[in-house]
Amino acid sequence: MSRRRPHAEPDPYSFGSRPYDLVKEFVIALVAVVVLTVVLAAAFSSPDVKPMTIAAWATNDPGDFTTTALAELDGGSTTAGYGPPYNSAAAGQQLGPLHIARMAGVTHPIDTVDAFVMKPLESVPQNPEVTAAISTWKAASDEQQGTWTGAYSTALGKAGGDPSKVAAGSYGPVPLMLAQLLNQAQAGSLEGQLMSESGFYHSDYTLPLMFLADGSDLAAEAQTQHLAGTQWGMMNEVNNFPGQVWLAPYTFWYQISPYKTSGNGDALVWGTMGVVGAVLVLLPFIPGLRSVPRVIPVYRLIWRDHYRRQKQAAEI
Amino acid sequence: MTGLIEETTHPEPMPDPEPAGGWTGALRRRIFDAMPPEQLLPDTQPSYVASWIYVFGVLSLTAFLTVVGTGTVLAVKGAAWWHVSGTGHFVNSLHLWSVELFMTFMSVHLIAKFFMAAWRGKRALTWITGVIALGASAFTALTGYLIQQNFDSQWIATQAKDGLNSIGAGAYFNTMDFGQMLIWHVALLPLVVAVVVALHILLVRRRGVVPPLAARGAEQEVQA
Repeated sequence: MSRRRPHAEPDPYSFGSRPYDLVKEFVIALVAVVVLTVVLAAAFSSPDVKPMTIAAWATNDPGDFTTTALAELDGGSTTAGYGPPYNSAAAGQQLGPLHIARMAGVTHPIDTVDAFVMKPLESVPQNPEVTAAISTWKAASDEQQGTWTGAYSTALGKAGGDPSKVAAGSYGPVPLMLAQLLNQAQAGSLEGQLMSESGFYHSDYTLPLMFLADGSDLAAEAQTQHLAGTQWGMMNEVNNFPGQVWLAPYTFWYQISPYKTSGNGDALVWGTMGVVGAVLVLLPFIPGLRSVPRVIPVYRLIWRDHYRRQKQAAEI
Repeated sequence: MTGLIEETTHPEPMPDPEPAGGWTGALRRRIFDAMPPEQLLPDTQPSYVASWIYVFGVLSLTAFLTVVGTGTVLAVKGAAWWHVSGTGHFVNSLHLWSVELFMTFMSVHLIAKFFMAAWRGKRALTWITGVIALGASAFTALTGYLIQQNFDSQWIATQAKDGLNSIGAGAYFNTMDFGQMLIWHVALLPLVVAVVVALHILLVRRRGVVPPLAARGAEQEVQA
């Protein structure tokens, strides 16, 4: 079996050469880029929308805060049902037959009842009523707890999410616990209590961010700033600043089916981008694809002077 | 024209000034053979390099250096400085716009190199390092957004985690861990990009600028 010998490419200097000052080109380019950067920065500045605090969320939208806290308590929140790496409540997304998320395991365990409700309540001195409510909750069976949270969830829904308008009922200690959590949040102490769960030194904002993201207000603000996934938000920036435009090929997949409708959409997008990336990296070795530049005559524009000289030389 | 690679008209490399034995001498000879000074810092270039499109390579490099320079100032002053200082905010703006320029220049450079089929003539690794540099830069930029300590950071962190978690990467790379993202952004990823970019540039200097398509053997396949 014979093996085709690769064609030798000509030596670049066999086409002739001309003087070139590499260092001068570099310095001119550096100065040009620095000047352009300064002009753009001076003209357009950069965006800095303040972060949403839990205190502001709880103050501006106590209903959404209470609904979210209740969902953390009854296991109905996004975090509570997320799966790996936070818990085992779900299998996580899969790519074809591969449950990659599950294989990676639960590496950042979050028990939403403890993390978002009980520990913050127990981390500060409480009045006797709240202390009794916490004790009642902890002494109750899972079934009893479920009955209380289920009843309160229904009542809160009927009240339009406003805890102050919930009709009297058999909710056990739930209303008092959530009201106290709301107080702590509005006072601005809940963020610190969530952060301090990781110890004295802390730089991990997983708990406060997951809690915020379980609510509605963070996503609503993102929607207002056209940052939502369905708005090509991955490549957008607040206030119409240019964002990560280079992520357009990534966020594109989220705009079409089956990616935007599948429960495994994220994994599908990553899988697709993995293939696209591999093709791009290995392009020099893929027959057919590597010959596409010859079919599209952009190269004739790039090297037009060269081809003109070649033609003139041939005519002579 | 007869200038195949074996018949190069490129200036002869300087001989190793002091041939020496031992591992050090062997390493020096190898470096001189692979990258003679005339090739590393040439004062001539092939005559076909005569388009503005070639400028995007050096523009990408200088924009990268501007990104590193402005980022270094932000790192020295601390992550929160730009929120409380007008000067800091301006430096942050410089950093943002240099990143936008860097990614734009690099994207144009990559697209241009695609249409030149610039992987020909043993230049596949040059292409590969270029693509990796673009990908690593995009990832570095993502971590930059995560450590801004503002609404952007909150939203991007809580959204990006879902993609990473879906493929198990979230177990090791937590977008909501500010400390982890800060180290990735100011230390690990810039080092990766710098090394890949340096390798890319050395390969460009070693292999030279890819010759025009169809200059010889127009029917040949555009292979590495």
